[in-house]
Amino acid sequence: MSWTKKHLLDIESLTAEEIVTVLDTARGFKAVGERAIKKVPALRGKTVVNLFVEPSTRTRTSFELAATRLSADIVNFSAEASSFKKGETLKDTALNLQALNADFIVIRHSASGAPHFLSRVLDAHVINAGDGAHEHPTQALLDTFTIREKKGRIAGLNVTILGDILYSRVARSDIWALTKLGAHVTLCGPSTLVPKTFEQMGCRVTYDMDEAIRDADIINLLRIQHERQRKTMFPSIGEYAQLFGLNKARLAKTRPDAIIMHPGPINRGVEIDSELADSPRSVILEQVTNGLAVRMAVLYLINGGKAPPDAAKG
Amino acid sequence: MSEPTVILDALAIQRALTRMAHEIAERNEPGTEVALIGIPLGGDHLATRLAKILSGIWNRPIPTGILDVTMHRDDLDQRVAPTMHPTDIPFDVTGRIIVLVDDVLFSGRTTRAAMDALNDFGRPKKIQLAVLIDRGHRELPIRADFIGKNVPTALDEKISLRLTEAGAAQDEVVLKKK
Repeated sequence: MSWTKKHLLDIESLTAEEIVTVLDTARGFKAVGERAIKKVPALRGKTVVNLFVEPSTRTRTSFELAATRLSADIVNFSAEASSFKKGETLKDTALNLQALNADFIVIRHSASGAPHFLSRVLDAHVINAGDGAHEHPTQALLDTFTIREKKGRIAGLNVTILGDILYSRVARSDIWALTKLGAHVTLCGPSTLVPKTFEQMGCRVTYDMDEAIRDADIINLLRIQHERQRKTMFPSIGEYAQLFGLNKARLAKTRPDAIIMHPGPINRGVEIDSELADSPRSVILEQVTNGLAVRMAVLYLINGGKAPPDAAKG
Repeated sequence: MSEPTVILDALAIQRALTRMAHEIAERNEPGTEVALIGIPLGGDHLATRLAKILSGIWNRPIPTGILDVTMHRDDLDQRVAPTMHPTDIPFDVTGRIIVLVDDVLFSGRTTRAAMDALNDFGRPKKIQLAVLIDRGHRELPIRADFIGKNVPTALDEKISLRLTEAGAAQDEVVLKKK
């Protein structure tokens, strides 16, 4: 097992072995997080910049804590307070951060491909913390970590992802990771948000909620992203909750050992009943704990990675 | 390329471990709280075997743990990220005499990392070092307290160990050219 990549830009370009390497490494870091002293010196002297051009609390905090636990220094750079407002380009901002000797840039951006662009113009390691509707690799890694921890395996499991698939970078990254590791992925939601084209990624698409979750081992609910969609994608939140929201009656018709996941933030009463979000079937908060371990693993692994010699600088 | 040389066979390994366990018992008074901590890979099996012999000498169980030192290595910047191993220390190290157990003592850098890593778990009364093979070429001011066998080596030689937790007839330590 070894990891040689310099950046973490997406799940699509990872092999199954590389994904498993991250999960195995994260298991070690989860154990570190359970010690009295939770800090290790692996990245001592390194600087991590959180470049969040799109708002985020939990991913940013998670990366911040992950870097801190590895003894790196971390700087948060958010869009609201930054020179983007003054018209500076992403490249110039990133070059300025690099000029301060940043070793890692963790970027969230509303434009798909922004992390890939940075990886071509910077010497620093680049980690994609979510780019538009494209990918959110660390979320997929923490989801697969949580599933493997709960079920002991990924291959052969039925994973149903529900909701706003079209606009979801989490869904895309999850689909890549889960199918690479041999899970059967089913997508379900309003037809406007779950186009049939997703079948090309190796998933099953259905519009019948009860059928979608009946044989699922994992029910992964996605947030309806009000900010990313036009109002015409489905008639009303109430109707969505009625047709695709997870409630007690629906859960009763699923496998008793099926677990409920959600990347957060939750819209209680929309995609999931408030009561179910807090039930023992829900692993939503464990996902948050695991996210920290996974992000430590990613920072640790890419620190030892180098760009391939033929990588062209843009 | 010259033929690999067997430095220790299964019997010799067991004899060396038995002697080391007696030396640990001799150095540390019977009443002292000695615990063994193995450094993976290699040291964890040896720690288990040493503890078994030592518990026979002292007639009581000897606490044993595993300590991964990966996060404390000094070469993380110069190489592909090494694989982490589990750490499992099911006792409080503070106040105890901790015998770190490793298979081969070479540059001494792993031992240095282990001492740093151990600090995160408490403050041992003393740290001692037991190694099956001391092959020389130290890069740090570190020496072992208990040594199975001193093996003068050249830098282009490699020591490989085949060890089992319980000890088996196939166990051996081999020296070969890289």
